[in-house]
Amino acid sequence: MDRPIRVLVSKPGLDGHDRGAKVIARALRDAGMEVIYTGLRQTPEQIVNAAIQEDVDVIATSILSGAHGTLLPKIAELLKEQGAQDILFIGGGVIPDEDIPELIESGVKAIFTPGTPTSETVEFIVNNVRK
Amino acid sequence: MDLLQGLKKGNKRAAAKLITMIENRTEGYQDVLKEIHKSSGKAYVIGITGPPGAGKSTLTDKLVKEIRKQDKKVAIIAIDPTSPFSGGSILGDRIRMNDLSLDPGVFIRSMGTRGHLGGLSVATKSAIKILDVYGAEYIFVETVGVGQSEIEIVKSADTTVMVMVPGLGDDIQAIKAGIMEIGDVFVINKADRDGANRTRAEIEMMLDFSNSEFKPAVKMAVAVDNKGINDIIDEIERHKEYLMKTDKYHHNRVTSAREEIVEIIKENITDKIFNDHLISSQLAELTQKVVKREIDPYTAGFNILKSIKL
Repeated sequence: MDRPIRVLVSKPGLDGHDRGAKVIARALRDAGMEVIYTGLRQTPEQIVNAAIQEDVDVIATSILSGAHGTLLPKIAELLKEQGAQDILFIGGGVIPDEDIPELIESGVKAIFTPGTPTSETVEFIVNNVRK
Repeated sequence: MDLLQGLKKGNKRAAAKLITMIENRTEGYQDVLKEIHKSSGKAYVIGITGPPGAGKSTLTDKLVKEIRKQDKKVAIIAIDPTSPFSGGSILGDRIRMNDLSLDPGVFIRSMGTRGHLGGLSVATKSAIKILDVYGAEYIFVETVGVGQSEIEIVKSADTTVMVMVPGLGDDIQAIKAGIMEIGDVFVINKADRDGANRTRAEIEMMLDFSNSEFKPAVKMAVAVDNKGINDIIDEIERHKEYLMKTDKYHHNRVTSAREEIVEIIKENITDKIFNDHLISSQLAELTQKVVKREIDPYTAGFNILKSIKL
């Protein structure tokens, strides 16, 4: 049996809208992945701790609050501290185009903004996950 | 093998990677399990089971928080079903345990039931061993109490907590599911709802029929409000004491070890048979004949069995 890709889907920060995260979780599940859903209002520490214990291949974060510039680099930094940069770290949500280069610079591998078909995210994960 | 060194020192990353290895049955996973068997068997394993939505994750969260006050290292294995259609799953038990993910003395691992033939209980037992060697003194295994393999998992726990809620149906539902036999502690969660007393009376009546030495108590709880948690811990302790005083503890572990060996035999026989090319082509051929009513499935099955060399 092929091993399923394990993904942590989570919502960093304080916004309470998880429709997008749930849609993504569902799409990844239907693509045969094992999705660990941690729910709302996660701190970067909680996300990285969970990712380590669950030994996930991917961390997918959804963020709509505008705090992406603080929270996403913090997650990337904690991953580096733990020596876990091999985990594919991606983000999505309402993120202005001009903010994306800086996030990529900090260690986020890709940002998916509103309107992205879920199939595109699935494909990106399948192609970029550690083998 | 530096993962093993890390595990013995209580490194979380090493424990997590080793669990992945046994879950995926990555080359070499059996050597890991052979190596750690000697040093395992110290942790006390508590099974938490009950119907979906009964509050198992919330209850586990509260029980673990209480146990953590004694400064004991705790691990949780939370099992959720894998979709038989896509092979994917959504493992959502962590949602109720968010505070615990910041506690360095707690390790939480979510597992999907995945598709393997009866292998779930083997994988879970192996994960328990890893967390045991990692240094967890208490290991909670949480699973939806439906289906044979899930019941097998909780049966391998030292103490099983059956979580029920009011209003799921009458007493016949309880006997039907066979759940009365596996609980050592019964909890009526969401006990602030209508019908809690009635549900308790029904369960107590059912338990009266049982002639086992240990009589489980039925405890009321509202896990989300942290009510009734200490009572449940006392009951777990009472059961633990009973196991230790009698030879039940040893007896249960003998049964469990035997089952584990049998499972390993079954798993490897099935693997051998169904991964064999000759057998799969023979199977495909005979299947066609069975559909066309040229031969019957019993003759086909025994024909295949005859050609198997173990």
